[in-house]
Amino acid sequence: MTVTTQTSHAPARNYWRRPPIIANPRLRWALGLGLGIYLAAAIGTLDINWIRVAEGWPRAERFFSGFMPPDFFARGDAILSGLLESLWMTVAATALGVLISVPVAIGGARNVAPMPIYLFCRSLMALSRTFHEVLIAIFFVKLFGFGPFAGVATLTMATVGFYAKLLAEDIEAINVSQSEAIRATGASWLQWLDYAIRPQVRPRAIGLAVYRLDINFRESAIIGIVGAGGIGATLNTAFDRYEFDTAAAILLIIIGIVMAAEYTSGIIRKAVQ
Amino acid sequence: MPTLTLSHLTKRYPTGDLALDDVSLEVPEGQVMALIGPSGAGKSTLIRCVNRLVEPTSGSVLVGDRNVTEMGSGKLRRMRRRMGMIFQEYALVERLTVMENVLSGRLGYVGFWASWFRRFPREDISTAFTLLERVGLAGMEDKRADALSGGQRQRVGIARALIQNPDLLLVDEPTASLDPKTSRQIMRLIAELCTERGLTAVVNIHDVPLARLFAERVVGLQAGGVVYDGPPNGLTPDALTQIYGEEDWNATTGKGDAEGSAPEDGP
Ligand SMILES: Nc1ncnc2c1ncn2[C@@H]1O[C@H](COP(=O)(O)OP(=O)(O)OP(=O)(O)O)[C@@H](O)[C@H]1O
Ligand SMILES: [Mg+2]
Repeated sequence: MTVTTQTSHAPARNYWRRPPIIANPRLRWALGLGLGIYLAAAIGTLDINWIRVAEGWPRAERFFSGFMPPDFFARGDAILSGLLESLWMTVAATALGVLISVPVAIGGARNVAPMPIYLFCRSLMALSRTFHEVLIAIFFVKLFGFGPFAGVATLTMATVGFYAKLLAEDIEAINVSQSEAIRATGASWLQWLDYAIRPQVRPRAIGLAVYRLDINFRESAIIGIVGAGGIGATLNTAFDRYEFDTAAAILLIIIGIVMAAEYTSGIIRKAVQ
Repeated sequence: MPTLTLSHLTKRYPTGDLALDDVSLEVPEGQVMALIGPSGAGKSTLIRCVNRLVEPTSGSVLVGDRNVTEMGSGKLRRMRRRMGMIFQEYALVERLTVMENVLSGRLGYVGFWASWFRRFPREDISTAFTLLERVGLAGMEDKRADALSGGQRQRVGIARALIQNPDLLLVDEPTASLDPKTSRQIMRLIAELCTERGLTAVVNIHDVPLARLFAERVVGLQAGGVVYDGPPNGLTPDALTQIYGEEDWNATTGKGDAEGSAPEDGP
C-alpha cells in the first residue's frame, strides 16, 4: 500500500540544456560582449610591423650561425666549474628550502595550526612568492656580493614560497577520518602529525621536492646572469665575450641536464606513489 | 557504577542542526548496546560526543566516574586511551602497514621518539601479533592497509581499537560498507570480543536484524531523541515505525531474517 508509481500524463519533456554558469542572461551577454570588444581592441593596438620582423630575420640567422658548431672545449674548465657550482647550489637550496618549508607548511595548514600561526606562516609564504627569482637574486647580490651564496639564498627563498604553499595545501586536503582515528587513540599532537598526516602527504612531498630540484637547476642558470653564480654566470661571460660557440655548448648542456632531470623525476615520483 | 553515563546531552552544530536533543542514557559495565535510527538521527554525533571528536553543546558524558566533558586537552588525551573506536569506513591510515595501524592504538602510551622510530615496547608488539591472529589476519602485518579488502580493513580497525585495552568500545556503523556475509562475520567478531573481554560497547548500526542478533539492548534514536530503549525482541513493527517512520516492517524484517540464521527472531 505504500508502493506508488508516478502516473502523471503530461507529455514527456524532450528539451534540456545545461544551466549556464552566469544565470542572469543580461549580465552574461554584457560580459561576453565586453570581453570580445576588449580583445579586438587589444589586438588592434598591437601594431605588428611586418617590415621590421622581416629585417630581423637575417640578423637571427647570423646570430644562430655564430652558435655553430658548439664548442665544449675552449672554455671547458669554466663550463665544468660553472656546472658543478650550479649543481651544488641547486641541491643545497632545495634541501635547505624543503627543510625550512616543512614547519612553515605545517603552520600554514588551517586544519593543523591555530589561527595566529596560520596567518604568520601564510604571510611568510606570500612574501617569498611576491617577487620573481631574478629580482630576489639582484637584491641578494647587492646584499652578499657576487657569487653562489647569493644564488643559494635566492633559490632557497623561492623554494620555500613554492614548496611550503603546495605542501600546506596538501595537508589541508588530507582525509579527515584517518586523522580522527589517530586522534581518537589518545595520540599526542606530534604523534598525530607523524601517523595521520605524514603518511598521507609523503608521496606528494617527495614528488614536489624532486620537481623543485628540477626548477632550481633551471633557475640557477637564469640568476647567474645577474651575478648569483653558477652556470648562468659562465653563460653570461660567454655572451659578453661574443663566444657564441661556447654559449651554445652551455645551452646544450643545460637542455641535456633538464631533460635528464625531467626523466628521473618522473621515475622517482612514480616510485613513491 | 555504569561504564557510560550520558546526561542531558545536547548537540547543536554551528549550521543550526540539532543533532542530539537532551539525551540521557546509562550503559552498565559489560553491556553491548545497539544504537539504531534513521539517517541523520544523531547516532554518529552521540558516539563522537563520548570521545569528544565532536564537542557537545551541553550536558555531560561520564566514563566511569570521570566527566569527559570537563576535561582539558591533556586529560582528554589520556581518557581517549580508555575508549576504543571503530569506524564505518575503517579509517585506517591507508599508506601505513597493517602493523603500524594496529600499533597506532598504543600511541597514547608510548613516547614520541619511540613511536617515530616505530620502536614499540615488546609487549605491545606481541599483543599486536596475538590480536592480528585473533581477528584472522595472521601473517598480514607488513601489508599496506590500502592493499586489503573491506572486511580485512575492518578487522585491522578492530585490532587497533582493542590494542588500546579499552574500557569502552565506540563502534560507528562497522558493517555499513560490507556485504551481508562479511557484515555478519564482523559483527559476530565484535560481539565475541566484547564477551571475551567483558567490554562495554555502543554500536551504531543501520541493519536492524543484525542489531537484534548481536546486541543485548537496543536504543532507538529519532531526530536526536531516544524513542526506544529495551531488549531486541521488543522491537515490534510499532516500535520500528516509531523509530523509522511508516513502512511495511513485516515484509522488510522477514526478508532480513530469511538470508540470516536466526530462526528464533522471526516476525
Ligand atoms: N559536521 C557537521 N556539521 C553540521 N551538521 C552536522 C555535522 N555532522 C552531522 N550533522 C547533522 O547532524 C544531524 C545528525 O547527524 P549524524 O551524522 O549524527 O546522524 P546519523 O544518525 O549518524 O546518520 P547516518 O545514519 O546517516 O550516519 C544531521 O542532521 C546532520 O546533518
Ligand atoms: Mg552516522
